[in-house]
Amino acid sequence: MAGIDVRDLRIAFPLYHGNARSLKKRLGRAISGRLEHDARDRVVVRALNGVSFSLRPGERLGLIGRNGAGKTTLLRALAGIYEPVEGRVTIRGRVGALLDTNLGMIGELTGRENIRLRCLFTGMAADAIAQVERDVQAFAELGAFLDLPIRTYSSGMQVRLAFGLATATRPQILLMDEWFMAGDAAFMGRARARLEGLVSGAEILVISTHQPDILATWCTRVLWMDQGHIRMDGPPDVVLPAYLGLEKAGT
Amino acid sequence: MADIDGTLAAEPVLDLTPETGLRHLWRALADVAGGCRMWRLGCTLGWLDIKLRYRGSILGPLWLTVSTAVMVAAIGSVYGALFHMELRHYLPFLSISLVLWGYVSGITSDGCQVFTRAAGLIQAARLPFTVHAIRSVVRNVLVLLHNLAVIIVVFAVFRLMPAHLLAEIPVLALWAIDSLALSLALGVLGTRFRDIPPIIGSLLQIAFFVTPIMWEPGLIVAGRQYMLLNPFYPLFEILRGPVMGEVPRLSVWIAAGGYSVVLWVVTLLLFSRLRSRLAYWV
Repeated sequence: MAGIDVRDLRIAFPLYHGNARSLKKRLGRAISGRLEHDARDRVVVRALNGVSFSLRPGERLGLIGRNGAGKTTLLRALAGIYEPVEGRVTIRGRVGALLDTNLGMIGELTGRENIRLRCLFTGMAADAIAQVERDVQAFAELGAFLDLPIRTYSSGMQVRLAFGLATATRPQILLMDEWFMAGDAAFMGRARARLEGLVSGAEILVISTHQPDILATWCTRVLWMDQGHIRMDGPPDVVLPAYLGLEKAGT
Repeated sequence: MADIDGTLAAEPVLDLTPETGLRHLWRALADVAGGCRMWRLGCTLGWLDIKLRYRGSILGPLWLTVSTAVMVAAIGSVYGALFHMELRHYLPFLSISLVLWGYVSGITSDGCQVFTRAAGLIQAARLPFTVHAIRSVVRNVLVLLHNLAVIIVVFAVFRLMPAHLLAEIPVLALWAIDSLALSLALGVLGTRFRDIPPIIGSLLQIAFFVTPIMWEPGLIVAGRQYMLLNPFYPLFEILRGPVMGEVPRLSVWIAAGGYSVVLWVVTLLLFSRLRSRLAYWV
């Protein structure tokens, strides 16, 4: 069974500001006593602090919060990209991460070549790659464009290809940043049908977005992030009004 | 999609906590193993690097061969005359040396950037970091293969046969794993300290002149044993010597093996200590 367990997660980015990210400071520290004092209190940006939650199969979690609240960092931590500075992250299941529009795609290669390259990232066998190719071809509806370099694609076409690819491999846990909203209305309908197909199994979805209406319809649970903490955790109809009310009061 | 540590288990478990003690080393070794299992990805990426770099050019990657050939011819004729060398002996030596040096300097300068260049990939999905190092090694091996043509032509022109080719197989394997270690170590350092690339650049320039590349090691008579202090010398000698028909003496082989072990120990120490921080730094 797929599952996510996060305990007291802390993620902090060291800021080696100015030229501090250099050997000079290190050498200076070794030589002079005064510099050591300066260099030691390096600035750290706390992106996440004391975050704990668990997800069971079937849950669709929405992350909400202002810019810089830690939504993308949390998604990357769940994908295993940022390993915890403190705390523990346990993920059971195959993870699919749609965190970056480009997804390691190369603009000079055709859509088909990019599909094959993407499959290599997951260590797939040749017959599985052929199956993914057919599946993505059917979903993305790119027609003849599939054999053209993807830098000739419109952004909507790129999103369809990326979305089709990330969801073609049937991950048990799907992590999503909000960029995929770039698709047109017809695409959103099909994307939703495809996503619901994924989630309907014992799968988990974690999605980050600024758009409350997406959360209200797509998610069963909402995590309100604020300055790296969890501000509120609950069903959408409880968390969303509180969040929107505060946003209104704030502006 | 990212099948966590490259395993194909039905349900992989990823358990991440801050690392301590031996877990550092364990995770680093798992990363190297995972990267090697994904060799197809590393090779494809390295090959695409070369293919895309020369897209639209008429000669394509053959430009690599042409520029090396021009360099060998130019340096060969000038230095051959300066040192009063017999070209039949000097040119084969020089072509091997220059091609190998081109590979070493490529591995070293690309090595500093293996992770910073792959920042997009590193932040998009969890992959073994070793994949990026393999990509750099593959890219440079492909360049090396293109340059091999120059050596073959030089040998053919002088109607020479390379000697002891079989002895080269284990040596090539040693070069391959050393290249991987060097890429990983320099990649980690270059990601954390952004002044590493220029420092490495100037060190390479010094190494080019103190290592017997344009001049033959036989020119040094007094103090020959001190040449072993230069790690490049024994590693070059065990690859170049047998082809030229001069099997290096035992101390050279021992030094080459010793430097390789030291390189791997340093790499594993660096990589296991800093691996989990790389995503934060790129």
